[in-house]
Amino acid sequence: MKRTRQPGVSRRATLALMGAGAVTIAAPWVARAQAKTIKIGMPTILSGRVAQLGTSSRNAVLLEVEKVNAAGGLAGRQIEMVIRDSKGQPQEAARVARELVNTDGCEMLFDGEASSGSFAVHEVARDLGVLCIHTCSEASSLTADPKQHIPNAFRCVRQGIHDSIVGGSYAAAIAKAKGLKKWATCSPDYAYGRDTTGEFALYLKRFAPDVEIISESWPKLFQPDYTEVVTKILQAKPQALYTCLWGGDLTSYIDQANIYALFTQMEVFAVNMADYTALTVVKNLPKGIHSGNRYIKTFPKTPENAAWGDAYRAKYNEYPTNWSWQNATAVMLLTEAVKKANSTDGKKVAEALRGLTIKCPFGADGTVTMRAEDNTLVGYAIGWGTTIPQEPYVPEVKAGDWKTIFELEAEWKKSKGYT
Amino acid sequence: MDIDALAGCLASPACLVTQTTSGLIIGMLLFLVAVGLTLIFGVLKVVNFSHGAFYMFGAYFAMTAYQLTDSFALAMLCGAAGTALLGLIFERVFMSRVYGADVLMQLLVCYAFVLIFDDVVRMIWGPEFKSMGMPSAFQVPPLFIAGGVVPPYYLLLIGVALAAALVLGLGLARTRIGKVIRAAAHNPGMVSALGINTGLLYGGVFALGGMLAGLGGALAAPVRSLTPGMGFSVLIESFIVTVIGGMGSILGALIGALLIGLIRSFGSLGFPLFTEGLMYLFMVIVLVSRPTGLFGKEVA
Repeated sequence: MKRTRQPGVSRRATLALMGAGAVTIAAPWVARAQAKTIKIGMPTILSGRVAQLGTSSRNAVLLEVEKVNAAGGLAGRQIEMVIRDSKGQPQEAARVARELVNTDGCEMLFDGEASSGSFAVHEVARDLGVLCIHTCSEASSLTADPKQHIPNAFRCVRQGIHDSIVGGSYAAAIAKAKGLKKWATCSPDYAYGRDTTGEFALYLKRFAPDVEIISESWPKLFQPDYTEVVTKILQAKPQALYTCLWGGDLTSYIDQANIYALFTQMEVFAVNMADYTALTVVKNLPKGIHSGNRYIKTFPKTPENAAWGDAYRAKYNEYPTNWSWQNATAVMLLTEAVKKANSTDGKKVAEALRGLTIKCPFGADGTVTMRAEDNTLVGYAIGWGTTIPQEPYVPEVKAGDWKTIFELEAEWKKSKGYT
Repeated sequence: MDIDALAGCLASPACLVTQTTSGLIIGMLLFLVAVGLTLIFGVLKVVNFSHGAFYMFGAYFAMTAYQLTDSFALAMLCGAAGTALLGLIFERVFMSRVYGADVLMQLLVCYAFVLIFDDVVRMIWGPEFKSMGMPSAFQVPPLFIAGGVVPPYYLLLIGVALAAALVLGLGLARTRIGKVIRAAAHNPGMVSALGINTGLLYGGVFALGGMLAGLGGALAAPVRSLTPGMGFSVLIESFIVTVIGGMGSILGALIGALLIGLIRSFGSLGFPLFTEGLMYLFMVIVLVSRPTGLFGKEVA
């Protein structure tokens, strides 16, 4: 009797496949080391309400990677970015990150997630030991909290606590000069809004002790109408208003507050105003809103920064966002670290990254540093200024002082029990 | 809780005027969306879950028309007419097929279109938020009435919405078409037996409902940011309004919407952390004391 082969996969082939699979899972580094191109995985938010930020992150990374590849790549290896949508969901971000390393063979990760997802990706990096650079999460605890610290993860992002210190001291100086004692706040009712507003108020009162917060409003995130909040603030008659509303919520708020002439009745401090996504959308931008710099091509006022903003705009037909400069900086830092380590091995690159200072268009003094003690970016351009309705939107930005930031940050860390 | 602030406001005419107009604005925009919802339910017995999409399209149509023509009146017209047409097509092509189906099927079709319409907007206008901007005619300082602040644009908004409510109410009560619509709500079988084209009638009612929501969206466009999905947030509040006012009742929608508006404006003073909850609490109280809503009729 002749034995016929059953259709489908034979037992021998199955065993071989399982064996190969086991080898790949057990020793992923071996399989990867042979690849000529180097794959970098990146989960980020490419759909949903904040898709614009994720897209601008991807754009910035690709813009920089193109330059690196044209100059010969990372230690002779061309970079291939594998960028996937996490839909802004932490569990999806973690799943995508794991898949990028285990299945796609990515040797490094750029974590392009907002705060919520970044902690999930951070855990994946802890588990897999892969080099991971966070490029979007501003939550201070991600690197400030020693419990979060792992040697293979870095944050290349501005930080909430830095912004609060600079914002508080800037606002306090104006409060003193103009005698603004009665303040109101209006911020979205979720963790970011509550924390940021609390920290801003803390430093505002520290620098200007006679300031008093007389009214607080907490509209919910993505609320369509703010009329009742606007009129409530008008009733309270504060001399100044702080808000950390952002994006479409901020532009709605401005349009609705504008017709009540709110901006003529008090000084307004909107930390997220000076971002092109909001600046270019608001049709009747009031003059004189105080804002922190998110990304603006005129601050720092250097030819390098202006050229970078223009190059981005020329390629993508829109201005970069705050997330863009951070992602671009991550590529720049990585490139320099690989040069210094003369290797693409994750551990060696991480060692080279620690404490690395590079020339950068977004540095306060033309350089930025990956601080060794907590693997986080410092020395980036940070400041506040007032708006005008047309380009350059924020003509003069008053730079924050990094010496003060360092002092108060250390104090804050101590108060939180981090050091 | 901040009862002092609320009491202080009730004692001051300036604050009363400001907060009342602020409540009226929120209420009138809600009314325009909710009245279409209640009208469609009254005649077609369909809970149009995708109604928020008409509000969204109204806003986007108005913004595009305003950018092209620079005329505010044309923008409003385009917002209303465009959504009326969209409502007619939507009813004839899709909704008319599920009238016989059970409620779950209707809900599913409507929800599918919530997602489809959002994606259509994303494809045409892009995923990022947009702003129409206030027409220059209304970029004027606000009026002060008894010390209270009232922006002129909001006076127009309240006027237009009130006029729409009046025309709708009188039209339904006094005209022949109004009579036919009311008859169809009561006994559709008899209306069609009398030789009236119910298909056209249903399409017309859907178009009218869509048009009102579209007008609401167009009026809101200068002051609210436009994003795909913006219809959903007003939809939930519109449901609360129709439940409070009574499903199918136009007067109920008006009163319900104004009450919600006032609860929001005064609630934000007295109960800043519980304004949202206050709306639902009010709904619960109404439902417990009058299960059919304030102006709803008992189902025979």
